[in-house]
Amino acid sequence: MEQYLNLFIKSIFIENMVFAYFLGMCSYLAISKTLKNGVGMGLAVIFVLTVTVPINYLIWEYLLVPGGLEWIGPEYAELDLRFLSLIMFIAVIASMVQLVEMIIEKFSPALYGSLGIFLPLIAVNCAILGGSLFLKIKDITNVSEATVYGFGSGVGWFLAIVAIAAIREKIAYSNIPAPLRGLGITFIITGLMAIGFMSFMGIKL
Amino acid sequence: MSEKNKNKSSFFFISKNSEPIFSKKNRQLLTDPLDDNNPITVQVLGICSALAITVQLKPAIVMTMSVIFVMASSNVIISLLRNLIPNRIRIIVFLVVISSLVALVDEVLRAYAYDVSKELSIFIGLIVTNCIVMGRLEAFALGNGVWKSFLDGIGNAFGYGFILILVAFFRELLGSGKLMGVQVIPDFIYEMGYEDNGLMLLSPMALITVGLIIWVQRSRNTKLIEEN
Repeated sequence: MEQYLNLFIKSIFIENMVFAYFLGMCSYLAISKTLKNGVGMGLAVIFVLTVTVPINYLIWEYLLVPGGLEWIGPEYAELDLRFLSLIMFIAVIASMVQLVEMIIEKFSPALYGSLGIFLPLIAVNCAILGGSLFLKIKDITNVSEATVYGFGSGVGWFLAIVAIAAIREKIAYSNIPAPLRGLGITFIITGLMAIGFMSFMGIKL
Repeated sequence: MSEKNKNKSSFFFISKNSEPIFSKKNRQLLTDPLDDNNPITVQVLGICSALAITVQLKPAIVMTMSVIFVMASSNVIISLLRNLIPNRIRIIVFLVVISSLVALVDEVLRAYAYDVSKELSIFIGLIVTNCIVMGRLEAFALGNGVWKSFLDGIGNAFGYGFILILVAFFRELLGSGKLMGVQVIPDFIYEMGYEDNGLMLLSPMALITVGLIIWVQRSRNTKLIEEN
């Protein structure tokens, strides 16, 4: 149990997708103008990450690595299909995003309307693909760990976009030098927030 | 390129546009993304990788070259296929084309430049979801001829690489006193009490550096200023 909690906290704060790896920056910057859209996008990312990371873990473990195909028959054990990982991962992600889009359209047309073109963008949100690609680098050894990792990274991303959206709503009333307005100041604030998040480094439960 | 392909591609751009190959408009496709329409600072595309790999100059340059290759080829491929792709599944087609090209780059780097490939870790793979590639395919290659799409791809990749290299230049110079791994700040300056700014090596400074670049660019080019 402890290791899951550890992984969860680590993926939210210490290895935050946005502040430590800059993943998903494009949608992070584009959709953080209002808090409402930020929350919607964040929730969608949590969902997609929680679903796709364990699926991609299974694909990686049972289809792609050498020896992974042994369950079909011993003669397949030699196959090394790792070069296919990008295409497989992205296919899973694209279909999951399609699913989320259909679910949101059905149950919350208002949210669908406001998220608009940003939903398909989740497919090209680096945070999602990054989550799956990080599986190879981080020591993740079973499906439940992969699920916890996916969920935790999603929560971390959610936290980041909600925080920046709230700050941007407030900052609209501030007197910022004209060339820095909009994008420039958002970058600098994100940088400062990232410095803040660095203080979580080294925390271990 | 074989003779046959050459004929085919020249046939393509002669038939699509009768203007000269480097007409003013075509030149603009190349130069616009460097400043007025920069993918990173103006279109806000492809930021993720731009920030993560800019601690040193060398990975930034390798990344730029990979993106130039991927963008130019995917733009050309999609532009050739643009009348054949059904609108509904275009995203999937884009992803397949891009991810095959990226897988190619990844394998080549792993074979010939293993150190750099290790350093770039997942970020080469992340070119797939680099919004800049996707964004230009959607916004440009889908509606324009082969030659123009090629120029647009090269132009945008250069605009992207320009910022990448600029950020990496400052971060490596101020953070470790080196450029391309070679020490450039002479020893006597260190002896006088100068110290490298370790903060520049940490990830937050990448964001702040880009923020400052945007500041400089927009004070120079006032038509880019946002109304909040």
